[in-house]
Amino acid sequence: MLERTSFREGLSYRGGSSMWAWVLHRVTGLGVLLFLGIHILETFALSFGPDFYDRTMELYNTAIFRVAEVGLLFAVIYHAVNGTRITIQDLWPALWRYERAFVWVGFGIVIVVFVPLALLGLLPVFRGEL
Amino acid sequence: MASYSATQPASRFEMYSWLFMRVSGVVLLVMAVFHLLLMHYGIGVAQLSYDAVAARWANPWWRLYDLFLLFFALTHGANGARILMDEYLRAGGWRLLLKIVLSLLYLLLVVMGVWVIVTFR
Repeated sequence: MLERTSFREGLSYRGGSSMWAWVLHRVTGLGVLLFLGIHILETFALSFGPDFYDRTMELYNTAIFRVAEVGLLFAVIYHAVNGTRITIQDLWPALWRYERAFVWVGFGIVIVVFVPLALLGLLPVFRGEL
Repeated sequence: MASYSATQPASRFEMYSWLFMRVSGVVLLVMAVFHLLLMHYGIGVAQLSYDAVAARWANPWWRLYDLFLLFFALTHGANGARILMDEYLRAGGWRLLLKIVLSLLYLLLVVMGVWVIVTFR
């Protein structure tokens, strides 16, 4: 059984890039799961007819949700890239030797994919359409 | 570097859980990412409406796609949450309670999702 560690002690642990990759994987996973729950409820609103559903969907067309959408985009892209890295390393355990390099490659891929899509998604907010 | 030895896994369930996370992860890498790009950048959230859903679900293959996506995404997510509970909470009261809540929410959301995808007219 591990000793109990305080939150502050946990933050002072210097695991470097690999540790943050792991922390981010959990945070983004929980975030996507939270959205998935909301998403299923909102889809279920179809059962109450067109008026109810369309009014529900209007909630998404607000500036706050457009920004939250970018958060979801980041969470999905990060979780997908980092999860792929873990799966590849699990398939070929010899590759764990290069984990740190792969973590940085993953961060790079996330930024290259996320930034353009985020800017594109935020265009209506920049233009003041929302 | 750690060494890897082929010993018996501590628990058969956890081995299947590990395998499921990898397999469903690869499935979601294709299905969920495509779904997100289509809805947010192909169609656009602003264009999503009751009529738009009706048009898409007129094709039964899209319903089947969404059923698979619902199962893999929710099961992958719920199992991830279960792992977090195992790691961050001590065995006993709170962990058991939260796992029961998680299981009930999982069942409820699966039923609601399947219901709306199958019965929508």
